[in-house]
Formats: sequence, C-alpha cells, structure tokens
Amino acid sequence: MTEKPLTLYEKLWRDHCVVDEAEDSPAVLYIDLQLIHEVTSPQAFAVLAERGLSVRRPDLTIATLDHSTPTLPADETGALPFATPEAKAQVETLQKNCETHGIELFGLGDPRRGIVHVIGPELGLTQPGKTIVCGDSHTSTHGAFGALAFGIGTTEVGHVLATQCLLQRKSKTMRVRFDGALGPGVSAKDMALAMIAAVGADGGQGYAIEFAGPAVEALSMEGRLTLCNMSIEAGARVGLVAPDETTFAWLDGRDRAPKGEAWAQALKYWRSLPTDDGAEFDKEVVIDASSLRPMITFGVSPDAAAPVDSAHPTLNGETEREAAAYMGFEPGDAFKETKVDRVFIGSCTNSRLSDLRAAAEIMRTRKIAPHVKMLVAPGSEQIKKEAEAEGLDQVFVDAGAEWREPGCSMCIAMNGDRGEPGELVVSTSNRNFKGRQGKGVRTVLASPETAAASALAGVIADPRSFFKETADEL
Amino acid sequence: MSFEPFTILTSRTVVLPQSDIDTDQIIPARFLTTTTREGLGASAFYDWRYDQNGAPRNSSPLNGVDPSTHQILVAGSNFACGSSREHAPWALLDFGFRAVISSDIADIFTSNSLKNGLLPVEVDEKTHRALLAQPGAAVTIDLEANEVLFSEMRAAFKVEPFARRCLLDGVDPLGHLLNQEQAIASFEAGRSS
Repeated sequence: MTEKPLTLYEKLWRDHCVVDEAEDSPAVLYIDLQLIHEVTSPQAFAVLAERGLSVRRPDLTIATLDHSTPTLPADETGALPFATPEAKAQVETLQKNCETHGIELFGLGDPRRGIVHVIGPELGLTQPGKTIVCGDSHTSTHGAFGALAFGIGTTEVGHVLATQCLLQRKSKTMRVRFDGALGPGVSAKDMALAMIAAVGADGGQGYAIEFAGPAVEALSMEGRLTLCNMSIEAGARVGLVAPDETTFAWLDGRDRAPKGEAWAQALKYWRSLPTDDGAEFDKEVVIDASSLRPMITFGVSPDAAAPVDSAHPTLNGETEREAAAYMGFEPGDAFKETKVDRVFIGSCTNSRLSDLRAAAEIMRTRKIAPHVKMLVAPGSEQIKKEAEAEGLDQVFVDAGAEWREPGCSMCIAMNGDRGEPGELVVSTSNRNFKGRQGKGVRTVLASPETAAASALAGVIADPRSFFKETADEL
Repeated sequence: MSFEPFTILTSRTVVLPQSDIDTDQIIPARFLTTTTREGLGASAFYDWRYDQNGAPRNSSPLNGVDPSTHQILVAGSNFACGSSREHAPWALLDFGFRAVISSDIADIFTSNSLKNGLLPVEVDEKTHRALLAQPGAAVTIDLEANEVLFSEMRAAFKVEPFARRCLLDGVDPLGHLLNQEQAIASFEAGRSS
C-alpha cells in the first residue's frame, strides 16, 4: 500500500505532534522557536512568576525590541526619545525578563536587532521544517521558508515559555496558485493584495494557505516573505511556500543556519517537505500573475484592494459606505491623482533590502512632491547598514525623505511615528485599519514601487510610468 | 490562572453592526504599551467612544450602557480580525462583556478569548441578522447546551470541546500542558537521538 500523499502543512504538523489530537482534546504541538518582543510578552512572564514556573527552553527563545522603540537616534546624552514613559518601561521589562530567564535578546545597540519577522530570516533562525511562534499575527511571514509559523496570544506565549508546546487543532488547507509571470513594476506586495481581494478578509479563516505556482517559485526570499506576511490579512494564521533552491541559497552560510554535516542532514529533510503530487487541499484558488497590475487598497479592510489604475467600485452595505466616507472616496472616483500627504516605507511586510532598492530605483535623482512627508524605516540594523553601504539612504534623503532607525514605526504607530488626522498615507505596511497609523489617518496600502512613485508625484501614482518598458503604454 | 466559570449567561446586548471590526478598533495600538492585563476597559473602542478632543460620542452604542446588564456584544461578520493582541479580549472583559456573538470571529481572537473566560459565539446568518436588528435584546447563552436563546429563536453554536471544558470549569489550559511533561521530554529525546 502506498502512503497517502501529504501537503507541506500536513508534513510539518505530523513532525511536531507530541500528542495527536482527539475529539475532546487538541494536539500537543512542539515549538522549535519562539520569538518574543516587548508588547505581547510582559503579561506572559508575569504568569510564569505568579505560578513559580521557569522558561523550559531559553535556548529556543529569542527576543528583540521593535514595536515601542523610537526610530529617531539617541540625543547627545545617549537617551533614546521614547514616545511615552510606558514605552520605555515596556522595553525595560523585556530586558529584565530576558536577563532573569537567560533568554538571548537582540536589544538596543545590538547590530542584530530589528523587526522580529525580519531578523529571524536574516540570521538564519527561520528554517524549513521548524515550528515558529510569536505573539504577533505577522508570524505567518516565516512560512516563506516552509516553516509552520503562526501568531499566538500572550497566554499562549506563556504556554510555550513554560512547556515549549501549544494546544492546537489542525487547520484546513488552501492552495493559492499564481500562474504566469509578473510584469515590470508589479511585485510580491501586489500579489498579496490581489490574493486578499480574491480570498476576502475572512476567507482564509481556519485555513493554512500554501502559495504555489510559477510566479511564487520565481520570487526571491524577500518577495515570498512579503506574500506570506499578509496571509493573516485574509484571515489565515499560516502562509507557506515550499522550500527550494532559492530557500537553501538564502540560508547557506547564515549565522544560525546549520553548518557542515548538520547542513547536509538538514537539506535532506528540507527536500522531503514540499507537497506530494496528488495531495489534496480543502480549497484551491488560482490567480493569473501575468494579468496583475500594481495594487492599492481603498478602504479600511485589506481586502478592499484594486489596481492602482482603476476606480472606486460601487458600494454595498453600511460597512462599505462608512469606509468610503472615512477614506474620502466616492464610487467611480479614479484612484490615480488622489492627493497624498505622507508616504511610509517600512514594516515586516516591506522593509527589506530589496524593497528599499526597488523604491530607491524609482526615486534616484528625483525629488518627492513639496507637500509630501516621507519616512523610510529599514527592517533591521543589518539592512540599515547594507542600505547605507550602497548609498540608498542618500537617495532617500536627497529626494526629501527621512531615513530612520529600524523598527515597526508607522505600521502600528506605537512609538510616536504617525500621521496626522485626515492625512492620506501611502504605506508599504500591512493594515489599512481606521486609525492604525494615527487617529483619523487614511491608509492606502501599496508596494514600495507604488509608494515611491506616489511620493514623487504627490498623488497616488502608477509605478509603471517610471519603467521604460511600460511607460509608453500607460 | 483561573477565571469565573462560564455556564449560562442571560444579559442584554450591545450591537455594533459593522463588518470587519478589527483589533485596532477594539483597542488602539497606542494603549498597548502596558505591562499588565488590568484596566484596559477604559481604552476599549476608545476612538469609537470618544471624539478627537476626548469628549464622549453620543452616537456610540457603547456609551451610556450599564455593563452589569449589557454583557453580550453582538457584532458584524469577521469580528476581531487583525492582530494577535490579547489586549482585545482583556479590554472587552474589563469593559464588562462576557460573550461576543457574530456570524464569524477571527481565529486568534477566538483562541485568546477562550483562555480568558470571554465566550466567542458564532451563529448562523439568520440568527445573526435577527440579533443585529434588536440592540438591547435579552439573550441567553447556554454553554452547557451549546445554545443561544433569544425571543422565540433557538440557535446552536459550537465551541472547541477542550476549550469549552476549560470555560465551564473556569481554568486555563496551562495545567493540562504542564501535565504532558513526560511526553514532551520523550519527544525531545527522540528528536535529538
């Protein structure tokens, strides 16, 4: 009898079940790596203290500081400009907790610090076949490596600290296949937004999504990270891409990747992970990548996404009417030429070196519109260093943008970086929720290319007008 | 950690009919710089309850309700989408809610709520529409029977069986996980050999 063909998700699940699930009890799932940051961990450590528990595997726990940290440099006394005393206290709480429990912290001043979902892959901590959790919904990002990675709440952060395990139910599986190849000026972010528009903001609930097809295989690791990052915006906690030569090439030689004989062993296992021929998914979605255009969002839910060169659709229901009123759009309004007040390039979605290069490519020797304020926050100290080595910081500064320190910054606007009420912000982040980037701020999600083009034009703009191959056709 | 067991709740509803109410609405990120679980009710739906000058918005159904008599939140579909912040259920509980009813509720929020004694209830479209249409209605949620009772309607709902047991008993599942130590240790030993 031949074995039942399995999906990538099913193999990852199978290999981490300490106790299988039953009707009245969930599975006990082993966690290979827990990433923690300052916002969602303090109450978990407090529970450990209340119950007299220790951290079971500090060696499988890595901490960083990203959400509440300022992106402006320290003053002349060396003091960082924290937004509030609470933000500073939160950072100090994580520092203290890591010290108490012997957890490695990539803290302030450490060259390995950065956004939690940027540094995992960068350091080679994120690897195919691992289970990875973090008290952060964008943990789905790490699935780009063929790791089973998902966001959890703070109580569960405590569970993993105490037991290195979680109680979990197996998800249903969905495959989203991107056929064809992307055109110039169209990138992984546009694939993500098109996927969310197709699946719906809640269409992925209860599913682990696997992204597949030639356009996904052709993506760089950075692009795959962007795509998996936004799985949660379709309601799916897990987004996956099968590990392949692109994955292995990224990991080879990274600080925390296996070396020597361990590398050979790991490769053998990793090559066994991709979905078997004939494996069945509970749901299949197919998207034609070759027909994708640069995408933007126009509402206050990420599934309200459309091509940048289209117009606002008709309105159905009170929720859509409220969203359009908040955003200042009316049905039939063309998105292009809408005035932009601010542009943000950064976040765990689009703050990697390739994102910065793509934006800089468009902005080189050009100036942003005089009325536009623009902020660029690299994803990590390492990316900042690499970007500065190739002069990308100077491209942004010369164009009139601010070049900041690494962190989540304006994506979640917890650290003081935010827009003003009523402003329209074109942002490479992941959520266009009301007020997310500051009270009353209207967020338009877009790729780094579209954000850069819009900063220059001062209005929502199509980045393809900046590419020789496509400019004449537009 | 333990919480008040959830068995049967009869209370009036507060209705927020919008779809896709995300966790940034439930508790804006600027209130997440706390290091405790307590006191978040004051910030729940802050920007819906207060205008830009901090004055209460009369239009918000959340203002002026008595939390002791209105412990059930009825919301539009895809409730609590977005982030994994457990501050969302903490804020709703501290505000006074014990249960949330919608046609569909985000996965991570559901998981977080169940661990804190806030019951997420997904009902069928017809029941959902009826509940949305009657703010302030008296509703009974019977977790023993897995039923929502409301005027002449009776709707079944499902809760993951283990989480349901924990809610009925008022315990969080950490004790159960800690009891798995032997299995966990042998799993680890098996992988490193």
